[in-house]
Amino acid sequence: MVAELGHFSLIIALFLALMQTVIPQIGVAIKNQLWMSCARPLVLAQSLFILLSFICIVALFVNDDFSVRYVAENSNTLLPDRYKISAVWGAHEGSLLLWVLILAFWSLAVSIFSAKLPIQLVARVLAVLGFISVGFYLFMLFTSNPFDRSLPFSPIEGSDLNPLLQDVGLIFHPPILYMGYVGLSVAFAFSVAALLNGSMDSAWARWVKPWTLIAWMFLTLGISLGSWWAYYELGWGGWWFWDPVENASLMPWLVCTALVHSLSVTEKRGTFKSWTLLLAIMAFSLSLLGTFLVRSGVLTSVHAFATDPTRGIFILIFLIIVIGGSLLLFAFRCPAKKSSSKFSGLSKELFILVNNLILIIITAVILLGTLYPLIADVLGWGKISVGPPYFNLFFVPLTLLLGLLMPVAPILRWKKTSRFNLFKYFNGPLFLSLILGGALPLMYKPYEPIAVISIFISSWIILVTLRDIGHKSSTTGSILDGLKRIKASYWGMVTAHIGVAICIIGVGLTSVYSIQRDVRMLPGETISLADYQFELVAIEPYEGPNYVADQATILVTKKNSIIARLKPQKRRYFASGQTMTEASIDSGIFRDLYIALGEPLQGDAWAIRVYVKPFIMWIWLGALFIAMGAMLALLDKRFRKKLQ
Amino acid sequence: MHPLRRYRLTMVIFIVATTSIAISLMGYALRENINLFYTPSSVISGDAPLNTTIRIGGMVVKDSLIRSKKSLQSTFRVTDGKSEVDVHYDGILPDMFSEGEGAVATGEINSDLIFIASSILAKHDENYMPPEVIYALDEAAK
Repeated sequence: MVAELGHFSLIIALFLALMQTVIPQIGVAIKNQLWMSCARPLVLAQSLFILLSFICIVALFVNDDFSVRYVAENSNTLLPDRYKISAVWGAHEGSLLLWVLILAFWSLAVSIFSAKLPIQLVARVLAVLGFISVGFYLFMLFTSNPFDRSLPFSPIEGSDLNPLLQDVGLIFHPPILYMGYVGLSVAFAFSVAALLNGSMDSAWARWVKPWTLIAWMFLTLGISLGSWWAYYELGWGGWWFWDPVENASLMPWLVCTALVHSLSVTEKRGTFKSWTLLLAIMAFSLSLLGTFLVRSGVLTSVHAFATDPTRGIFILIFLIIVIGGSLLLFAFRCPAKKSSSKFSGLSKELFILVNNLILIIITAVILLGTLYPLIADVLGWGKISVGPPYFNLFFVPLTLLLGLLMPVAPILRWKKTSRFNLFKYFNGPLFLSLILGGALPLMYKPYEPIAVISIFISSWIILVTLRDIGHKSSTTGSILDGLKRIKASYWGMVTAHIGVAICIIGVGLTSVYSIQRDVRMLPGETISLADYQFELVAIEPYEGPNYVADQATILVTKKNSIIARLKPQKRRYFASGQTMTEASIDSGIFRDLYIALGEPLQGDAWAIRVYVKPFIMWIWLGALFIAMGAMLALLDKRFRKKLQ
Repeated sequence: MHPLRRYRLTMVIFIVATTSIAISLMGYALRENINLFYTPSSVISGDAPLNTTIRIGGMVVKDSLIRSKKSLQSTFRVTDGKSEVDVHYDGILPDMFSEGEGAVATGEINSDLIFIASSILAKHDENYMPPEVIYALDEAAK
């Protein structure tokens, strides 16, 4: 009965979402307060039913109801309970259910925290969100219903969750990433509502900013969590592969980053209006496109679990309606260009514009590289894959350029800054970061230009930013008073910018100083890598809850003192018979030691991969700083001030 | 010319110039960095270029996998049902790699028509088959 209950609540949720799309819109059209205010209770009702539906699917997983096809395909009685729950979003159908649940959650949040907004705007925003929900409900009910039963011949045992996904990473990565993906729908809905209303001012930007910041924060966390998960779970120590699915999450992030900046201009200066609207539309469109790329299985990608063309066509049509519709609306209703505010030369506006342009160019490059194999396939140019060198060729220099300009923008004034002050401001940091960039890489061999550039850019960002904090806090009174007076949004920006600097150090140094060796080892054998000795002590059998494994014990020493005892595993899962590499990592601030078991060779010998990866943690540490920056900015008083 | 018009003209020329430079750069980079996929048959027939990074794929022939006793080197053959290609690889084979299953290799063909692989991709779960492998099998069956 639970499956039927879940199915029915899904259908009821669809109808509620349909009403949420239509009734408030009509209310706005006929200026009927009652119809407009229907939006909020409808959102609440829709959320409750989709929540019920979600609870049903969780219950089905926990109770091992294998008569439901989706449960049978993705679970197993031996699966630990926490993975039974996370298995809900381990494949196509369930992850869509999670998508709409999160969309309902965002809609509910908007309906609760919009008490001070004009009812007309709220009605329209919620109607747009309702429309997106309708699309996803229809998609689920017609092409991918998680509650389908396989009666009368239902299996006694489930075929298990893909072992790759049996990991804490899967518990957190998809929900957090989806919070970001779906969160972009709020900025999108606000933009469509603004276009429909035909009005948009700095108050509008102030309402949209917090929602965008939260989505951006989740997106940042979700992407970095995914990269970290790939690093330790996919087994081979890479942290970014330019895989289409990774690109699908990076593109909305880049556009959202541009949006966060452009919103500031719209809020403070009342300019960049149409650009901001366009960015909001683009960001959500790319997040929908990401869902399409991942879920339709059109791309050669390690993530493509689903390979059903009807799904692809459905999403494609939905994509065309949403993206095409909103762009058409933009073309016809875009706020008329009034160059009310001019800016010139060295101004904050100009630098934010350049930042936006660079981010958009990077996005365009990634989009082209991601879609090119698809285009080539459709046009019959052969089966093609675009390699990482293409992406790096553009991404690396453009990101470094972005880093070079980044700390300058906060110092500049709106409209125009006099040139004279600036050079005095930058001399010290420039000199210091040149020295740091030139000197620090001397500690490592060989002397790598990439390391020099990364350290130079990072120190430049950090030093100029610190200089600016010092300047801002020293105007009057004591430094402590000065620091207290600085706004939360400024602290947020500073933290995020320093996060980017940390990230650049991590990426730059890891990519040039990582040492990797694939070796054949017998128990008792020792190999040296960098300053470390790795001794394979023994390989013993190990039993897990739903797998057996060969577990190696590797003693790591440096100058005769023990650094770590690593225990990588090669697992074989009972249900699927699938083998999985479980790497073992000793993480540190300055280096990670990473060991993965390859395959058993003749006799007792094993193929083993050993890595020493300097500074790799800095990549994720930097991302954490960026997310923290978003959180700090959210605390800013102006978002809680009485609106209007 | 009117200063405003001259300003507009320079802007338009500037925009056109930068976009065309950007697009041609992107196109050039794309052409340099794409790896074309070839079926084992097209490797044997000589349609695939030598000493260029390409990808090939097919089923790993049963009992063709030979591992070196001293190092990580291995050799195996890949088939599309019609032709077989020798593949040499020095490294750790992926978890899901096994004889009789699909695999995709990236690397170069040397003058002896042996494929020197720099990386090997296998399927990543029980039911999945790399799309290229399906394509190669379909092409050979035609």
